[in-house]
Amino acid sequence: MNTKTVLIADDSGAMRAMLISIIESLGDFNIIEACSGFEALRLLPRENVDLVLTDINMPDINGLELISYLRGNPNYKDIPVIIVSTEGSQKDIDKGKLLGANEYVVKPFDPAMLQELLLKYLNRP
Amino acid sequence: MSDKNTSANNAVKDFLAEAEEVADQLGSGLADLADMADSGCLNPDLLNSIFRAAHSLKGLAGMFGLSDIAELSHNMENLLDWLRLGKLNLDQALMPILFESYELLTALIRNVSEGGSVNQTDEIAACVAMINACLAPSDKPSGESPLEQLGLPEHVRSALTEYEEHRLLDNIARGRNIYSVHTSFELITFDLELAGVSDLLKTCGEVISTLPIVGDNMETHIDFEIICGSTRKLQELKELVEQDKIFVTLLGESAPPVSSTLTPSVLPQQVTLPVIPLVQNEPLSPSVQSDEATRSSKSMSRTVRVDIGKLDELMNIVGELVLAHSSISGIAARMRTEGFSLMAIDLGKAAKGLERKLADLQKGVIEIRMIPIGQLYEKLSRIVRKISREQGKKVDLKFYGADTELDKLIIEDISDPMMHIIRNAIDHGIESPESRAAQGKEEKGTIKISSYQKGNHVVIEIEDDGNGIDLEKVKAKALQKGLVHDTMTLSDNDAIDLIFLPGFSTADKVSEVSGRGVGMDIVKNNIAAVSGMIDIETGKGTGSRFVITLPITLAIIKALIIACSDRTYAIPITSVLESLIITADAIKTVERKEVIQLRETTLPLLRLDNFFNIDRQGQVNPSGEFYVVVVRVAEKRMGIVVDDLLGQQDIVIKSIGEAFKRFRGISGVADLGNQRTILVLDVGGMINETMRSGN
Repeated sequence: MNTKTVLIADDSGAMRAMLISIIESLGDFNIIEACSGFEALRLLPRENVDLVLTDINMPDINGLELISYLRGNPNYKDIPVIIVSTEGSQKDIDKGKLLGANEYVVKPFDPAMLQELLLKYLNRP
Repeated sequence: MSDKNTSANNAVKDFLAEAEEVADQLGSGLADLADMADSGCLNPDLLNSIFRAAHSLKGLAGMFGLSDIAELSHNMENLLDWLRLGKLNLDQALMPILFESYELLTALIRNVSEGGSVNQTDEIAACVAMINACLAPSDKPSGESPLEQLGLPEHVRSALTEYEEHRLLDNIARGRNIYSVHTSFELITFDLELAGVSDLLKTCGEVISTLPIVGDNMETHIDFEIICGSTRKLQELKELVEQDKIFVTLLGESAPPVSSTLTPSVLPQQVTLPVIPLVQNEPLSPSVQSDEATRSSKSMSRTVRVDIGKLDELMNIVGELVLAHSSISGIAARMRTEGFSLMAIDLGKAAKGLERKLADLQKGVIEIRMIPIGQLYEKLSRIVRKISREQGKKVDLKFYGADTELDKLIIEDISDPMMHIIRNAIDHGIESPESRAAQGKEEKGTIKISSYQKGNHVVIEIEDDGNGIDLEKVKAKALQKGLVHDTMTLSDNDAIDLIFLPGFSTADKVSEVSGRGVGMDIVKNNIAAVSGMIDIETGKGTGSRFVITLPITLAIIKALIIACSDRTYAIPITSVLESLIITADAIKTVERKEVIQLRETTLPLLRLDNFFNIDRQGQVNPSGEFYVVVVRVAEKRMGIVVDDLLGQQDIVIKSIGEAFKRFRGISGVADLGNQRTILVLDVGGMINETMRSGN
């Protein structure tokens, strides 16, 4: 068994704590927390990240800019990215998907739904 | 059951701590905004930060099922969104609505913190109605956006948020030039350097978007494309920021300056506000208002969150006061010798009083930085549960001394090394339940983490009752990896030290748990970076004990100032045992190491000039006498040979930044006053290097 690593980028500590408890309820994962886009950029090269959960509205760089970077970098371009954001208009969702996000989850969401998505991407070979 | 309650409680606490903080930001932002509305000039960054506060609250409240707060903050967010996108002009009529919404929001949050269930649905509905009255639908004129003419690269354009697009349009409408600034920075320092460039750009315009992009050296560097608006000419901007790896280009150069036909679609639209009568006719219910008025200044929790940067600043000021005090004492002493004895004695007394108060102040500031190590324990126990489950091992985790306090920055830095040691203990130390039973041990292994204060240090011990470190295996592995050539002469202690060598831990079988590319060498370096030391004791079959010794704070320390050749260095006084004067013939050589006999023990020596490769240019100490500073960290002792002792002083340690962290023998930089700085020796690191290398 191989422990998967999930990177959470969200500036809200309470939100990160909630995401962590949702992920941990699925089993054992290595969870890394970033409280800004910059921190996520710094952590990425250090860890072997299998999945990224990111907010859109963050200080320094936003989630869209983060995804645009991930998709442009051969090392990270295949990492599944799930946006977890309060921005919920179709325009926002289209934009996120266009940049390469795999899924777009609008807050507030049903934890079971996120769990399903997580399993879908984390159980990929 | 109770577990569930606690976790629900914790979740509410998490929510409250953050919601209160965000609401505070919202409140102070609104106050600033009201000032700006008076003066008529709006700062887009401020408006955006207020929007973000409302936005965060909405997201938080939504996730925690607090629908009242979510609804109200959602509506506030809408209003602020219209403002920041220029769909609505800020005028004085809007401020009361924003303030009333804010008051109600804090009342709702307070309600949660008090566990109350006061129904405020009506007030919320009234507030929301006021907000909606402002948000009259407007028909946004469409047409070719001036953005097309800018010729923005597609990768930049596609990552712009609606807000950033708006800021771009607004800048164009103001007749500013739009520039793209391309930068390339090293991954380890990019945030600082980027902030430097952004700050420069902000002095002459607005930074609209910062997009990270993949550059040529993507393994070590990260590139950014900063889009900014400025009235400056290209040449001026180039002179301002352009340097190695920073390039400025003007976007949409061929496009004519914004034509008047474009302006209508770009300028913020005016929406007439039918709000003033609403505010006058329907104030929020008086009962709530008067209640709020008396309570609004009361803080909801008894703690204050402070940016540690502010504490550092305070600490710097304390440090400077200490320096000022010592110069006053100096003056008093001089006056005494020069015959002003009565006044000198008075001044001396006053200086003594000042010194006592300063010591109190310093202690107070240091105490604010202190947090109990127990905060770390919670995180550790989560990890232990996780790993032991993963490994099929039974582990009992025991904590002692959870209220031992340490500087917050040290706690942050020590968390990863501790976690790694614990991972190792479960992965390699504690045996499987079957194997433990076979050895007559309890099936459940125990990891004991205890911390206590010892003088000016805090000691953290991590002890397991597992199998211990197999020293023969360690030696064999070091041989095999070519880290040593001969293990026959190695003592047990030397063998333990082998695991700290870089390259030792890249295990042949990369374990999922401890083999994540982090070795004990990194653990040791991280501990050394906060002037700490690590010692290991191990017994075959009985377990291992890791002892980490840390200074209580790094912020301000007493130091011994020494000179070597023409350089000066500071040694933290907490590591100094004594200082001696010796003659050259007292130095003996044992096993190629220089030592002196100090009372009953042999003390290894380190010559500072050799260590730092200081070129004395033929100047040799003529007197044949040396000063030796005897230092100790944890249980290890050593003598440092220096030219002169310049005295004791309080020093304020400054961070030297990531880029310099790996300088051997240096743990930081300190301020001596008079704008003089001095390097602080990394005593722990030097002791280790001397013990290992044979100098």
